[in-house]
Amino acid sequence: MLLVGFGADVKQIAIGFIGLCVLGALGFLALAWRSSIPPIDPPAATNFPAELIAKGEALAGAGYCATCHTAKGGATYAGGYGMPTPFGVIYSTNITPDPETGIGRWSEAAFARAMHEGVARDGSHLFPAFPFDHFTKVTDEDVKALYAYFMTRPPIRATAQSNTVPFPLNIRLLQAGWKLLFVTNGRYQPDTTKSAEWNRGAYLAEGLSHCGACHTPRNLLGAEKSSQVYAGAEVDGWTAPPLTDANPAPAPWSQADLFSYLRSGSSAVHGTAAGSMSPVVHDGLAKLPDSDIEAIAGYFADINRSATRAVGSQASVISKAVSTSGLGIGQEPDPDARLYVAACGFCHYNSGAPLEVRPELALNTALTLPEPTNFIRVVLDGISIRDGMPGVMMPGFARALSDADIARLAAYLRRTRTELSAWTNIESRVAAIRKERPASQ
Amino acid sequence: MTTFKLNDRPVSVNVAEDTPLLWVIRDEIGLKGTKFGCGIGLCGACTVHIDGRAVRSCITPLGAVANAAVTTIEGLDPHGQHPLQKAWIETQVPQCGYCQSGQIMQAATLLKDFRDPSDKDIDAVMSGNLCRCMAYIRIRRAIKVAAAEMRGTHG
Repeated sequence: MLLVGFGADVKQIAIGFIGLCVLGALGFLALAWRSSIPPIDPPAATNFPAELIAKGEALAGAGYCATCHTAKGGATYAGGYGMPTPFGVIYSTNITPDPETGIGRWSEAAFARAMHEGVARDGSHLFPAFPFDHFTKVTDEDVKALYAYFMTRPPIRATAQSNTVPFPLNIRLLQAGWKLLFVTNGRYQPDTTKSAEWNRGAYLAEGLSHCGACHTPRNLLGAEKSSQVYAGAEVDGWTAPPLTDANPAPAPWSQADLFSYLRSGSSAVHGTAAGSMSPVVHDGLAKLPDSDIEAIAGYFADINRSATRAVGSQASVISKAVSTSGLGIGQEPDPDARLYVAACGFCHYNSGAPLEVRPELALNTALTLPEPTNFIRVVLDGISIRDGMPGVMMPGFARALSDADIARLAAYLRRTRTELSAWTNIESRVAAIRKERPASQ
Repeated sequence: MTTFKLNDRPVSVNVAEDTPLLWVIRDEIGLKGTKFGCGIGLCGACTVHIDGRAVRSCITPLGAVANAAVTTIEGLDPHGQHPLQKAWIETQVPQCGYCQSGQIMQAATLLKDFRDPSDKDIDAVMSGNLCRCMAYIRIRRAIKVAAAEMRGTHG
C-alpha cells in the first residue's frame, strides 16, 4: 500500500524488480536443483570382479580417501574425521557400504555424480571439503573401479556427525553458486605436447591425488586460486611449500628427488615428509606402483623447472650445504651453536655425502621457507617412527626446550645454514604453535 | 597397554603413553644400565637405540616406541662384547662411569654412519654426550679402536 499515491511508473518498476528477483531465484533454483537418484539394494560383493576391486584399492590410495574418511581410532572409511575450515568444522561421511549410514544404497551413477559434480545421492550439494573440484577429472573407468572397491568394504554402521558450519553457509543449495564460480566440471584432458608419463602424472596430481588442495592457496570463499596454482599455502597449521619454481629448497627438486620422497617418505637432499604429508606418502601413495610415482614426480619436476633452475650442479649445492654441517663443534663460544650441537648435531651432522638417516638441515626446506612454522612444529613434536622415513624417529622437544630456546635454534640455523633474511618474532610464533597443538602432545 | 621389543624380547607395559621411555626402562622394567642425566635431551646419558639408531630416551614418550625395537646397553651385545665395549675396557675409558652407557650407545650409531670417523666426525656426533670426568680424549681413542676392529683392521 505504500505505493498508493506514487506514479504508476514507480509501481511498475517495483513490480518489475520483484518479478526479476523471483525469476532470478527460480533460475538459480533450476541451475542448483539436483534430483535424488533412487536408492538401490546394496549390491552383492560378488558383482564386482577382483581385478576391478584391486584397481580401485590402488586408486583409493592415490586419493587418500582413508585419511579424511576415517576418524582417529575409528573404523576405516566410516567417516567422522573433523576438518577445521574457516567456515566451521566439517565432518567426513561414512563411505562404507552400510545401507543406512553409509553409501550402501548408492548406485554407481550416484557415486559417479558425487565424484564428478559434488552432489550426494539425495541431490544435496556436497561441501568442497570433499575435493570434487579435483575428482571431476577422474575418468569414468577409474570411478567404476573406486565404486567396486568401496562397495566391497565391510559395512560399518556409523552416523555422520553434524557439521558446525553456521547459517546461512550451511544451506547446501548455495554450494551451487560456489560451484558456478569456482569449479569447471569435466574429465582430465591430456596435453598432447607432453609425454604419456607426464600426462599420467598430471592426471593423478590434478585429479585423484588433489595436490592443489593443500599446495594451492585459497581465496576468502575457500576456493583454490586459479592464478596461483601450487604456489604454496598454510594448511592444518603447517606450510605446504610451493611446488612451482618458487620452491625455496637449496637443491631444486628433481624427478629423482621427488620420486624418493614420495615413495619412501624422505630424500637425502631435502628431508622427510611430516605433518599432513606423511599420510599422503605412507597411507596413500604407498598403494600406487613405482611407475605412477615416477609420473607424479616427473610432472612436478617439470612444473618446478628444476632441470633449468639448478645453478651449477646439484653436487656443488650439496657440498656447500654439508660444509656448514660441522659448524659449532669444539671450542665454541656462541651459546646458540652450543645448544644446537648438544640437542641436534649428533643426529643431523654429515660429512661428505649427506645421509638420508641424517637429514642435512642446510638442505632442508623447513629452514628456507619464509615462515618458521614447519621448523617449529618438528622441533616441538618431533617426527614419529611411522612418519617421515620409516624406522627413523626424532623425539619432540616440547617438554625439553623453552620457547626462547627453540627460537634461538631457529634463528641460529637460519643464520648459519641459509643466506636468507632472518625470521622475525620467532619466540611468539613458538608460543602460539605450542598452544594450538593438541593437549596430548 | 603399550607393546614394544626391548633387547629382542617383547615387552608390554601398562603406563600412560606420555611416560618417558627412560622411566619405563628403569622403573617399570628394571634395567638400570641406562642413566638419567638432565631429563631434557641435552646430556646424552639416557641414550638408547630405537630401531637401531641412538635416541634420547628421556624425551621420547613411551607411545612413540609402540611396536618398535628398543635396545639398551644391556642388549647391545648378548655377551657384552660389542667392539665398543671391548675398546672401552682396553682403553680404560671410564672414570666415574655414569655417562658411559649413553656414550657407547651413541658411538655405536656413529660407527654405523661413519666407518672410519675423523676426529671432527667423532666430536660432532659425540658432543651431545657430556662426560663430567672429562674423559673425552679416551672416549675418542676407544671409538677409533672399535672402528678399526669393526673394519677388520684391528692391531
